[in-house]
Amino acid sequence: MADYKQETFDVVAGIIAEVSSIDRTTIAADSHAINDLGIDSLDFLDVTFAIDKKFGIKMPVEKWMEDVNEGRAKAEEFFVMRNLVRHIDDLVAAKAAAA
Amino acid sequence: MRLERFQMIDRVERLDRAALSIVCRCEVPLQSSVFEGHFPGHPLLPGTLMIEAIAQCCGLLVLALQDFARMPVLVGVDKARMRAMVAPGAVLAAEGRLVQEGAVYAAATGRLLSEGRKVAEAEIRLGTIPFPSEQLRADTRGFARQIGLI
Repeated sequence: MADYKQETFDVVAGIIAEVSSIDRTTIAADSHAINDLGIDSLDFLDVTFAIDKKFGIKMPVEKWMEDVNEGRAKAEEFFVMRNLVRHIDDLVAAKAAAA
Repeated sequence: MRLERFQMIDRVERLDRAALSIVCRCEVPLQSSVFEGHFPGHPLLPGTLMIEAIAQCCGLLVLALQDFARMPVLVGVDKARMRAMVAPGAVLAAEGRLVQEGAVYAAATGRLLSEGRKVAEAEIRLGTIPFPSEQLRADTRGFARQIGLI
């Protein structure tokens, strides 16, 4: 799978920093949104809303949580920044391809 | 309105699926234990219940648009303003419009009107969760039928 886009990372990190009142400089590619950045479920909902709005996508967070809960994927696949951003890039590309 | 039961909506007057909007009727009761304290001798509909009415109106919209797939719960209120006091006996129109929908949330704007004048407004954020039980989903559908949502 291709690596994430830096420009996408910068936008997403900025959103997380603003929504969750986190120091932007603490958000790194290997940061885990929940374990490292301390984002709670309500913050994550607000982050999801802001990311969906910014990129014109619908992150399938329910499906991601199901995959984690049912052992099909690890939480790191969706909640570590580099992986989250890569998924966002994929969703944006899929939306562009469908247009 | 049945304030003690926290039911703010009496009737759905218009559901517009294309415009993602809804209009509901809310009749403020003449008497309620809520008014005994708010305020003694000067009953007024609490501002928080005005916001709740807007939230419930938006929640009904989401239920209808998603065909009762998930249960909306209030997770955020922004830019809430109560612009006029509302007395017992008032008949209010609650209006809601969906502005953004995601996998696990819905964002809407709403307002309350009394005789055509805006008395409250707010931006409503709803989380959508799986219904805790099929019984609750069925009861919700039943209530929706009762008030004319479906």
